[in-house]
Amino acid sequence: MDFITHLINGISLGSVYAIIALGYTMVYGIAKMLNFAHGDVIMVGSYIIFLLMSNVGVPAIPAVIISIIVCTTLGIVIEKIAYKPLRRATSLAVLITAIGVSYFLQNSSLLLFGSDPKVFSSVVNLPSIKLANGMINISSTTIVTVVVCILIMIALTLFIKKTKAGQAMLAVSEDKDAASLMGINANATISLTFAIGSGLAAIAGALFCSAYPSLSPYTGAMPGIKAFTAAVFGGIGSIPGALLGGILLGVIEILGRAYISSQLSDAIVFAVLIIVLLVRPTGILGKKLHEKV
Amino acid sequence: MKFKKLMSMALVGVMTLATVAGCTSGQSSNKDTFKIGGIGPLTGPAAIYGTNVMNAAQIAVDEINAAGGINGYQIEFKAQDDTHDAEKAINAYNSLKDWGMQVLLGTVTTTPCVAVAEKTAEDGMFQITPSASSTDVIVNDNTFQVCFTDPNQGTASAQYIGMNEIATKVAIIYNSSDVYSSGIEATFEKEAANQGFEIVSIEAFTDDTATDFSTQLQKAQSAGADLVFLPIYYTPASIILKQANDIGYAPVFFGVDGMDGILTMDNFDTSLAEGVILLTPFAADADDEKTQKFVAEYQKRYGEIPNQFAADAYDGIYAIKEAMEKTGCTPDMSVKEIGEKIIPIMTQIKVDGITGEMTWNANGEVSKTPKAVIIKNGAYVAY
Repeated sequence: MDFITHLINGISLGSVYAIIALGYTMVYGIAKMLNFAHGDVIMVGSYIIFLLMSNVGVPAIPAVIISIIVCTTLGIVIEKIAYKPLRRATSLAVLITAIGVSYFLQNSSLLLFGSDPKVFSSVVNLPSIKLANGMINISSTTIVTVVVCILIMIALTLFIKKTKAGQAMLAVSEDKDAASLMGINANATISLTFAIGSGLAAIAGALFCSAYPSLSPYTGAMPGIKAFTAAVFGGIGSIPGALLGGILLGVIEILGRAYISSQLSDAIVFAVLIIVLLVRPTGILGKKLHEKV
Repeated sequence: MKFKKLMSMALVGVMTLATVAGCTSGQSSNKDTFKIGGIGPLTGPAAIYGTNVMNAAQIAVDEINAAGGINGYQIEFKAQDDTHDAEKAINAYNSLKDWGMQVLLGTVTTTPCVAVAEKTAEDGMFQITPSASSTDVIVNDNTFQVCFTDPNQGTASAQYIGMNEIATKVAIIYNSSDVYSSGIEATFEKEAANQGFEIVSIEAFTDDTATDFSTQLQKAQSAGADLVFLPIYYTPASIILKQANDIGYAPVFFGVDGMDGILTMDNFDTSLAEGVILLTPFAADADDEKTQKFVAEYQKRYGEIPNQFAADAYDGIYAIKEAMEKTGCTPDMSVKEIGEKIIPIMTQIKVDGITGEMTWNANGEVSKTPKAVIIKNGAYVAY
């Protein structure tokens, strides 16, 4: 019974990682850059929900929707100001800029919200479910997290397969210059990717802080790194890879903590990542890289 | 135009002189007032401790000044923020030294305190920490504690649980990346062997994993623990209380001084903390005259009930006063001279404070009787 509970906890944590990892992986797949500020967008989104719910008294669902809108805008603004001017620069320059944006968001939040942690009130307020005569207790946040994660995956897959904008994304990720020649607006497509990724970050923030209700300007940093790991683990650039990587990472982390050592859980997670990358350098579902000469 | 320029030149000249004069007078004021510095987290995850300490220290200083000061000299107190960070604590220490600090009350939390203790030892400065409770803090001769050391907190908690038969099966969740937490855990575990309860689960977390405790709680619940010992700070503790509630696990939670502050957290649902017991040397509802006077003054000034950190800081200032009066210190003495006089006398003085009657040994450890409080209806009540 314990094993099942641990597994459920792992899937719940993994689903949050997966939603965050989607943001990383989409941006990487299309803009070929690592947006290290992604984790901090989660934090900004959570603060917006927190302020709306506890200071203004907005109910949970409208608060989450406003947060998604704000984060989407923030994602587009970040892309326009910080990344777009560097479109032709080396990838290292863009990476450093992304780290800079990450610190900018953290420090601005420190200034605006202060560094004392806030207790986040859960956006999910439903009773928990008891199974097997109360031996297994699944909190409503867990269920909502997993369901939302699956819904997002389905929606994204449909979006990419069925819509023009989605097809444009695929094309830009294959070859940006060729796509531009075919009449696809590459810049608009990249902006759209940032918008979707940041909107997902707001959802991830709401779910993460509902399950682990402590919010500080550094809240996004650790899940951001873990989700990046999940994206690499699953194969960066691949959407199903992000889901698989995220859930596997969450399960490994929780089972490692439960059965190996509660102190070493992070070390175990990263050890697994190293092993996977040694065996499959492009991640579990990653495409093999064709070196262009 | 020319006149205007001349005027402005003259003004600049006067202002420069004024600054210079300000400087010298600033230094000479050192001769007639004692300067006590305070360092602690005024912002950040442990901010409640720092603000309580500094508020209470200011109350003690004002009281002493109103009653004629120390050896007839007034005291100045200045607090600096370290955000519970070792590097920032050193910066705070340096800026207080520039200000002319002669004695240090601080720092409030253990990790920064260990770093600052090295500096005060180099400078020969007398340091008394209200609340940094690791033994690592007092390795040098010049540092003393007002609170219990971690080992004493762990031992005292185990004895308290054993003597009052609060539980038979105990689980521990502690922060292995924090000296404070792992120090208490170690002595608790050791003392538990002599007590009538059994430790059924020991689980750790680190600062990086301090958000998800579902696994640790699950293991404690499966092991049948009816008490969970939490030698940790209130921020992770608040998450543990919420997550335990989520999975429907309701043991007795037993904390130490780090748990203090949980009730005053922003937006925290205090009903989750109902029934939490914590070891503390100070109960704000105690009926002795000194405590009541202090609590009333604190509430009047800051609109809050002071916690034990405040009480420890208040007693810390009185300990400094006692030691300085015994040795006849004067404000014109250097940092080192004051240190050399009052460090040896600390083992001989006795301070009857609001956290009990305190004496110190040469290690810098305090001796006083532990008490415990239980949270009922969102307030501390003597257990």
